Amino acid sequence: MQNEGFDKFKGSPDYVTSEALRNAVNVSIALKRPLLVRGEPGTGKTLLSHSVAKGLGKKLIVWNIKSTTKAQEGLYVYDTVQRLNDSRFGDKDISDIKQYIKLGKLGEAFASKEELVLLIDEIDKADLEFPNDLLNELDEMSFYIPETGETVVAEYRPIVIITSNAEKELPDAFLRRCIFHYIEFPDLDLMDEIVRVHFPNIKQNLLNQALSTFYALRRIDDFRKKPSTSELIDWIRVLMASGTPDKTISTDIPFAGTLLKKETDYAYFVNTFMKKKQATKTVDP
Amino acid sequence: MFTSFFYTLRERKVPVSVTEWMTLMEALSNGYISSLNDFYYLARAILVKSEAYFDHYDIAFQEHFKGIEGPPIVTDEILEWLRDPINRLLLTDEERALLNSMDLDELLKELEKRLREQTEQHDGGDYWIGRAGTSPFGHSGQNPSGFSIGGGGGRSAIQIAEQRQFRNYRHDLTLDIRQIELALKGLRQFKRTGPEDELDLDRTIDATAKNAGDIELIWRKSRKNKVKLLLLMDVGGSMEPFARLCSLLFSAAHRSTHFKDFQYYYFHNCLYDYVYHDIEWRKAETFEHLLKDIDSDYKVIFVGDAWMAPSELNSVYGAIYYYERNRKPGIMRLKQIADHFDHCVWLNPEPKTYWNEPTVAMIRKVFPMYELTIEGLQQAVKKLIVKR
Repeated sequence: MQNEGFDKFKGSPDYVTSEALRNAVNVSIALKRPLLVRGEPGTGKTLLSHSVAKGLGKKLIVWNIKSTTKAQEGLYVYDTVQRLNDSRFGDKDISDIKQYIKLGKLGEAFASKEELVLLIDEIDKADLEFPNDLLNELDEMSFYIPETGETVVAEYRPIVIITSNAEKELPDAFLRRCIFHYIEFPDLDLMDEIVRVHFPNIKQNLLNQALSTFYALRRIDDFRKKPSTSELIDWIRVLMASGTPDKTISTDIPFAGTLLKKETDYAYFVNTFMKKKQATKTVDP
Repeated sequence: MFTSFFYTLRERKVPVSVTEWMTLMEALSNGYISSLNDFYYLARAILVKSEAYFDHYDIAFQEHFKGIEGPPIVTDEILEWLRDPINRLLLTDEERALLNSMDLDELLKELEKRLREQTEQHDGGDYWIGRAGTSPFGHSGQNPSGFSIGGGGGRSAIQIAEQRQFRNYRHDLTLDIRQIELALKGLRQFKRTGPEDELDLDRTIDATAKNAGDIELIWRKSRKNKVKLLLLMDVGGSMEPFARLCSLLFSAAHRSTHFKDFQYYYFHNCLYDYVYHDIEWRKAETFEHLLKDIDSDYKVIFVGDAWMAPSELNSVYGAIYYYERNRKPGIMRLKQIADHFDHCVWLNPEPKTYWNEPTVAMIRKVFPMYELTIEGLQQAVKKLIVKR
């Protein structure tokens, strides 16, 4: 029996997904478990949640994690300093603690009156214990505020998408509760499709040349940062704007600086390949 | 009905727990899947939580659902072999000439062609790789397994599993900079230092209460990592086969921004009267500099195979290079280091099975020694953090 509500997410017009990714998103929605997304930088981990929100027509709440972020901040912050300050003047009713409780992003998502998408971006930036501190809240979709004696319960479970750059290992207990997807670097066909989303009118020849050059560069392991999708898009934009002849793309690799962002990579590229190319060219009659 | 798949996965060392298995059962009973293809992705998303295990999963999946054996492990060994520059020495002159004559595009094309051939004929692969000259690719730093192999056509789940495109992400095969960085991140000890830029709420409330409600803000220093690292690396000679591994470790340590300070020196076989700033040994520094100018709270990591003639360790003037003319035996120098610094470890790139050499045993008495693998590095980091 095929479940009715399963194939909810089908991608959105401006974001191309693979079959595996669509499946993972739908599993996570159906099983009501957070989706953990990992992948190389520039593979569209963050954009995924925007696309899910758009595709399902829901609001998106983004919680950006920094190295200093604490789990508690996502739930609520009790602004004691403000209350202390107000107490000096007596123009506000400071016995009402509620006005000093400010919900964090997670709290906001729980308290929402509609189902929405919550993105917890780059969870691995925070402290090692951070994911563990959120386990219970994400499981039960509720938390207790001791200061006011209130419990915030999610009426509608938000769709939780978590991204990670694998800077730190995430705790096992946390992983067990997640649905996991690794966004692979797109293969040639998928990349073709992705580029077309951005440049609907691109000429096939230019696209082929650019893609084959791009993948050839990616195969060079000596680069510290390999060019990724976002760099490719930028590069193609430059190529189109400059009107570079198609056939010189793979031989001269113009505007390589758009693809190679690190100085050392660029220098390595120029020294190793372009010089050799020039040498062979002069030999050629 | 799939319970045996659960055990196949566990046999293949995929860390699957019962919780995850129950989740999968829940998904199956809800009827979310209609084909084996769906099942492949569904089970992977629920059961496998790291791309490092995707390859194990693929193998287990093949085993269970097709009943064929996993590809021979030897392929992966060959790939490793290809990356090792030392093997270039084994090439004939003719092959080396061929290597020098190819430019990038030709290399890529040729490599792709040969890779395709390789997947088609597994048997005899040993000979083919060794003599037919694929090793150039290893040397020029390409990772042959980085190419997607096969593909195209109808992608059934078994075919996807067969492609094993996640081979590169296995932990036990590749040891990349990020993983080393991850391990080094364990080297953290926080201490409140620097400017007072953090509000100490508790003390602020106390002070304000004492002040009869007139707010008094109390600030404190924020927490910062206080770990300082000193890396001492053995270069040249017997360490040459491990050059790539050592440079990975070095880059990782260099890139890690969380250390308060990071210093490094090179030495040859053992510490004598001088250490060097560069691999070419142009810029020397006296041994006494290490003890005098580097505080004892630096964490010291030695990297070396600890393998030498016993006299190099025991005797005055025992250094392998005549001009070193060491006034003190190397082992004394090592002991001085161990006495001066609070935390030292020795990372040995040789597998443990080679550690019964007399000099290795002697050095192990002075420093705790670990294998230069991710696991060994993690243990070493733990050792560096705990109090003695």
